[in-house]
Amino acid sequence: MFTYYLDLALRSLKRNKALTALMVLAIAVGIGASMTTLTVMHLLSGDPMPGRSATLFYPQVDPTDSPKPDSQPRDVMDYRSAVDLWSAHRADRQALIASTELKLRAPGVNLPPQMARVLTTTSDFFPMFSVPLRYGTAWTPADDEQRSRVAVISSDLNNRLFGGANSVGRTVRLKDSDVRIIGVLAPWRPSPQFYDVAGGRFSEGKTASFYAKPEEVFMPFSTAQDVAGSEFNVFTCWGSVEAMKHLQTAPCAWVALWVQLDDAAKVAGYRRFVADYAAQQKALGRFVHGDNTRMMDLMQWLDFNHVVPSDVRLQVVLAFAFLLICLCNTVGLLLAKFLRRSGEIGVRRALGASRGAVFAQCLVEAGTIGLLGGLGGWLLTLLGLWLVRRQPVEYADLAHLDAGMFLATFALAVLAALLAGLVPALRASRVTPGLQLKTL
Amino acid sequence: MQIQPVLAALRRHRLATLLIVMEIALACAVLCNACFLIANRLQQTRLQSGVDETSLAELTLTGFDPSQATDLNARVLDGLRTIPGIQSVSVINAVPFGQHAGTAGIKLSRDTPDSAGVVDFYVGGPGSFEALGLHVVSGRAPQATDMSAVADFLPKSAPVLVSRALAAHLWPDADPLGKVIWCADRPYRVTGVVDHLARPAGGQGGPETREWSVFVPALPGENLAGVYLLRAAPDQLNRVLRDARARIAKIAPEVVVDSLGSQTLPQLRDRYFRDDRAMAGMLLGVIVALLLVTALGIVGLTSFWVAQRRKQIGVRRALGATRGDILGYFQTENFLIVSFGIGLGMLLAFGINLLLMTQYELPRLPLLYLPIGALVLWGLGQLSVLAPALRAAAVPPVVATRSV
Repeated sequence: MFTYYLDLALRSLKRNKALTALMVLAIAVGIGASMTTLTVMHLLSGDPMPGRSATLFYPQVDPTDSPKPDSQPRDVMDYRSAVDLWSAHRADRQALIASTELKLRAPGVNLPPQMARVLTTTSDFFPMFSVPLRYGTAWTPADDEQRSRVAVISSDLNNRLFGGANSVGRTVRLKDSDVRIIGVLAPWRPSPQFYDVAGGRFSEGKTASFYAKPEEVFMPFSTAQDVAGSEFNVFTCWGSVEAMKHLQTAPCAWVALWVQLDDAAKVAGYRRFVADYAAQQKALGRFVHGDNTRMMDLMQWLDFNHVVPSDVRLQVVLAFAFLLICLCNTVGLLLAKFLRRSGEIGVRRALGASRGAVFAQCLVEAGTIGLLGGLGGWLLTLLGLWLVRRQPVEYADLAHLDAGMFLATFALAVLAALLAGLVPALRASRVTPGLQLKTL
Repeated sequence: MQIQPVLAALRRHRLATLLIVMEIALACAVLCNACFLIANRLQQTRLQSGVDETSLAELTLTGFDPSQATDLNARVLDGLRTIPGIQSVSVINAVPFGQHAGTAGIKLSRDTPDSAGVVDFYVGGPGSFEALGLHVVSGRAPQATDMSAVADFLPKSAPVLVSRALAAHLWPDADPLGKVIWCADRPYRVTGVVDHLARPAGGQGGPETREWSVFVPALPGENLAGVYLLRAAPDQLNRVLRDARARIAKIAPEVVVDSLGSQTLPQLRDRYFRDDRAMAGMLLGVIVALLLVTALGIVGLTSFWVAQRRKQIGVRRALGATRGDILGYFQTENFLIVSFGIGLGMLLAFGINLLLMTQYELPRLPLLYLPIGALVLWGLGQLSVLAPALRAAAVPPVVATRSV
């Protein structure tokens, strides 16, 4: 029966090509716009650590002397708090995070000095965030301890400096120190660059920079204290300006801490540990706010920072409003089309077709239009994503259609067309055979 | 043209009419809001920086040690001064539309717990104030005696100039001259007000904070080095900047030229508003597609109605209706439908606007957008109904006499 209905649908679509083209085009344009924006949204709002994100946590304490008791903890911590929490090793894994930019030269490579974005962290960073290595290895806890002059470089930097060859064992000069390359990353493109996310609530929705590529050089946090001195990217400072000369003791927030906690008991335990630490620091007189601690998991932290740029969300809303208009259009045209065939439907009903059969036949026709619209929508989505990739935004290179969104395109198109066909099909199935036959 | 028979006919096609009304309503709502968003974005891109943008360029050097800073400043200032066509070169910490450098919270007295807002401090060496071309509206421009060394990112104390917008925010009812702003425990006395000075990287806390900036005169040195402001005639600016970069390679081969921070101000401005322009372009695309889809929908449905009523049209023509009557009938019908849609759409437009206001920094939709949206949709309706209506008017009276 279905194939017969399909045959009828195709015949009917062929009969009035202009009207069919109009309906297919309306669905295709609506779907194309919606799926382009939805794909971008999907890529930007996804879980950067699928399966692991619920075990990754972001502890925060409040080392400021802000007199307002209800203020939020700063987005990152001061050196001492972060290092204290890290060196207690109470979590399954823990990584300190601070970033900087350092002048980089590679001896024997004929390139002018350049500024490299450097992530300074601790050895757990690589296993904790499943960072893939192409050559060599990451550093060990012993390297953290001994302040070893070692570094891991990104695949991009390796291509640029060494033409993609295995550069393990070579030396690069960072600022005024030589560090030995011990590992080269495989291409790694987390979306967003989640471990660096902070300050999203101050950025007025312009958060595209959270989707930048990861840093080019990774080196031990301890080593970086010697190599970079006080040249770190600072989130904010408070208190006396005089005290800011040495970042390690300054009232400045610039170090973040990520911890991995594998079960609920450990999470509760770690929360208690952070709270106890803050209370103890208050007792020691270092903190004013002993109870202002917080620990979000990865996805909560991303939500808190509104990582998806507000323009992207606005585009999704717009695109769906547009799809709704296209659907209204399709409903109207389908209604016209089905009711125009009232006579034919009357004959079929008189010959014994049930209302359900007429209804099903109309829906098959609507679904076929949806499928054709989906095909057009898919092509338009590819075009839309191509346009997004040409935009000068940080996430441009991420905009590709994955298998899930490809299927979703067709699913949405058929669903939309079926929804649009529902009322017209219902109307068509209500056609009274007698009345129609009389007018024939 | 009588409206009564048109309404009676529409009542027989309640569902189809309702659909077109809904479509028009949605289109009206999206159209008004999208136009408003575009106007809003374009308004932002017209931000007045207050400086002579077309004559200015920024040159940013990085990768040097603070201990080399004084020496570097001297080498750069001396080296670039002799570039043909350059009018001045001075040291500054940031320029409008570039990287922000001196963003900090301020207070109105030393011991108050209340923040007066987060502002941007422009810290400029000798000649930078004149090079920027800032326009002083009250008080005085900085003088050589105002300048002292920069302690970390600001001098320990200095006479400063504020923008008019910041003065209005801090002291809405009082003369700002002589007032003091505090950054942490350091006082800065206001000695002048400039009419406009946009902060480097936009406001924290909405469009009204875009000009919350303070100009601090200071002496270049260890903590004020690396960012240079070049001034040249607009038609020479690109060449001067190119020459400057080439010269840096000779006079300071060890430093790294930051490409993003070494552009002319028109280039920086262009880049700064790129997202806004892209968004405005996308909204425009949505509007065009929307109007097209709506028009095609009207064409499709009216064509169907014309085909359906061929016989009635024939009868009317046979009974004496002129072609103009038939044309007028369909045009009136369309006008009525679109008017219903616009009525509903205006309510919807305000609903969407309220929603956007809670999510984005958007003001209320000005009423002016509604009549414009209505006119556009009326025009669109009449245009798209024209072809099918003309076809209807062409139906010969003889159709009435034929069966089927």
